[in-house]
Amino acid sequence: MLYGYAGHTLRIDLSSSTIEKEPLKQEWVDEYIGGRGFTAKILYDENPAGADPLGPENRFVIAMGPLSGLFLPAAGKTHFAAKSPATGGYGDSNMGGHFGVTMKYAGYDVTILTGRAKAPSYIFIDNDTVAVRPAGHLWGKGSTAVEEILKNDLGQEFQILTIGEAGEHMVNFACISHDFGRQAGRTGIGAVLGSKNIKAIAVRGTKDIPVFDPKGLLKKGRQTYAACREKPGFKGWTPEGTAGITNWCNDVGALPTRNFTTSHCDYADKINGKAILDELKITDKGCFSCPIPCGKYGVAKTALGNKYVEGPEYETLALVGSNCELADIHAVAHVNWVCDELGIDTCSAGAVVSFALECYEKGLISKEQMGMDVTWGDLDAIVHILEKIAKRDGIGNILAEGVQKAAEKIGGDSAKFAIHVKGLEWTGYESRNAPGMMLGYMTADVGAHHSRCWVLGSDVANAVGGSQDANVHDLISQGADFETIPKADHKNVVPLVLKSQHLRPAFDILGTCRLQYMEIGLETHYYEELYYYATGKKLDFNKDLLTLSEKIWHLNRMFNKREIPDFGRKYDYPPPRFYEEPIPSGPNKGHLVEFAVIEEMLDAYYAARGWDENGIPTKETLEKFNLAVE
Amino acid sequence: MPLSFNHETCSGCRACELVCSLQNLKIINPSKAMLRVTARFPDPGIYKVDICNQCGACAEACPTGAIHLVKGTWRIDKEKCDGCLACVSACPENVVKVDDNGMPYKCINCRQCVEVCPRDALGFN
Repeated sequence: MLYGYAGHTLRIDLSSSTIEKEPLKQEWVDEYIGGRGFTAKILYDENPAGADPLGPENRFVIAMGPLSGLFLPAAGKTHFAAKSPATGGYGDSNMGGHFGVTMKYAGYDVTILTGRAKAPSYIFIDNDTVAVRPAGHLWGKGSTAVEEILKNDLGQEFQILTIGEAGEHMVNFACISHDFGRQAGRTGIGAVLGSKNIKAIAVRGTKDIPVFDPKGLLKKGRQTYAACREKPGFKGWTPEGTAGITNWCNDVGALPTRNFTTSHCDYADKINGKAILDELKITDKGCFSCPIPCGKYGVAKTALGNKYVEGPEYETLALVGSNCELADIHAVAHVNWVCDELGIDTCSAGAVVSFALECYEKGLISKEQMGMDVTWGDLDAIVHILEKIAKRDGIGNILAEGVQKAAEKIGGDSAKFAIHVKGLEWTGYESRNAPGMMLGYMTADVGAHHSRCWVLGSDVANAVGGSQDANVHDLISQGADFETIPKADHKNVVPLVLKSQHLRPAFDILGTCRLQYMEIGLETHYYEELYYYATGKKLDFNKDLLTLSEKIWHLNRMFNKREIPDFGRKYDYPPPRFYEEPIPSGPNKGHLVEFAVIEEMLDAYYAARGWDENGIPTKETLEKFNLAVE
Repeated sequence: MPLSFNHETCSGCRACELVCSLQNLKIINPSKAMLRVTARFPDPGIYKVDICNQCGACAEACPTGAIHLVKGTWRIDKEKCDGCLACVSACPENVVKVDDNGMPYKCINCRQCVEVCPRDALGFN
């Protein structure tokens, strides 16, 4: 008996409408545990080398972990993966909500889509009944409308995921939307679903998930919820959620502002967590089984109308807010709503729009191309650009490729301020005085995404003193009242980056959210014990789980090497702005990370990883991790 | 005292459904729980938990007198129950459930949902 798992893989070939249900592979469970482990293994093994990310051969994988759907805090993460149209390498993204757990209650730990449906379709899953159904009536519709239509047609208990117009048009940063406000945003995962002509997936699941020791899990689950309650962050961090860090980021000079021109703004109070609570919020909106709901659901009121929207969370505040100089919480929330409806990742949306605004300001995009006069902080302009992107209309067709490819077409010096790594836009932590954070972004398998590494607190401690291990609630509580911040030390960042790169994705393997650990400091031993009661197997978090997390790091690096013809060191460089332009204002004024330092950090990082000078895992490293890959 | 619900603090996490099924049925299966979280989105953007408030409608509907009051909680006497499921249709909150053998079961006020709810959205009047 496979405890902790639903026990099955669902395979759907959309070209032939073949639907197969097979037992979950024991090899996957034994070697890769779940979630991100499954997606890394499956993409490497099953995706044909050189597959077109938007072609029928690319696998679209949905995976849950052994803790998904069980009685423990925040067991509601769903992992999606495919070869990324944004980077051409390994791509994944995850979301909270209730979709993945319902897939597991329907009996499926893993779902693999191949092929391409002949016409717009949606996938219907009701426990053992699986069908590919016509979705002509849903095509072109926004995420809210699709969810409402399918729930009204099928039943409110169905969980829905959908793409928007951007996914249909295969925008490189199209997202998946779910539960009226949750998204799997990154790596263009929504474009892959669109390329398969799949508009939505609807699932109802009412089966048991077998667990090894139900009594033990009940007791430990209760203790874990109680332990969360005891953390200062339970009451301190939860009310504002991720938005609570906005002022801290601004105060430590890490808030992306004006397309990462600078790292500080004078209007953070207008777009922070308190502004959300004061101006927007109706209710806290949590994911499945989460005791610290970061979702804030409310109404955005602007001249463009009143819109129900979940968010904005921190990344949206940073990238749509300060990075586009949009200094009004209602306006930021409205853009959040536009992105959700069109199915665009708010992180990349903010980065791409701010890039476009800078191109326009510098005369690299004309008014005629843009279709109107646009400027920083102009809500109408930002919405206009996003709609052009989602429809791939005119300049929108170029911007829909993401900043890297757009810069190649727009020319001039735009590549210098196209803020990305590997083709994925940078998220909400400006890093010119955060060398560890910068190295984390540079070396992440998926491109510039903070989900893999967050050591900003350590970088700040390296500059001004303080704890290297403070959780986010502690950092926010301590505050950051600095007139100027000294240059952060880059000498010892590699071990911190490696630790974070193994730790953060480890929760993605188990199928839980990392925020209970990261934000409020829930200890890892709870996960070890919960894993035992769920599966009947011992798991040493530091030894077993983090070693697997490291193994996946090597495997995904090899996937990138296989899929990107000239892959290597040059793909790990940050954009020139970060090593050529000192920060012009704020507490980090004058700082940058010199290119020589970037090279020095990469040398140290590769050596510590067991990779060669070009950043490719050595034969010895692959053998050490029992990886038979080339 | 019967269960009560406060939608002002509920964030829809369904920990109550999880603990209900695990405590009472020894399984992980929220769909079999004796209470149900419903989400009302996009408009008005609130959660509701359908709970047994011990109203007694099930007992009134029971033709065999199998449902009786024990210290403020309506309990189903399995010996007397003939499985007609009149109680299921009578429940105004739809929280009298049917097990795999076709027999009804309902909330016994075990209080686990109240203890676990991280938002203190469930309590006793």
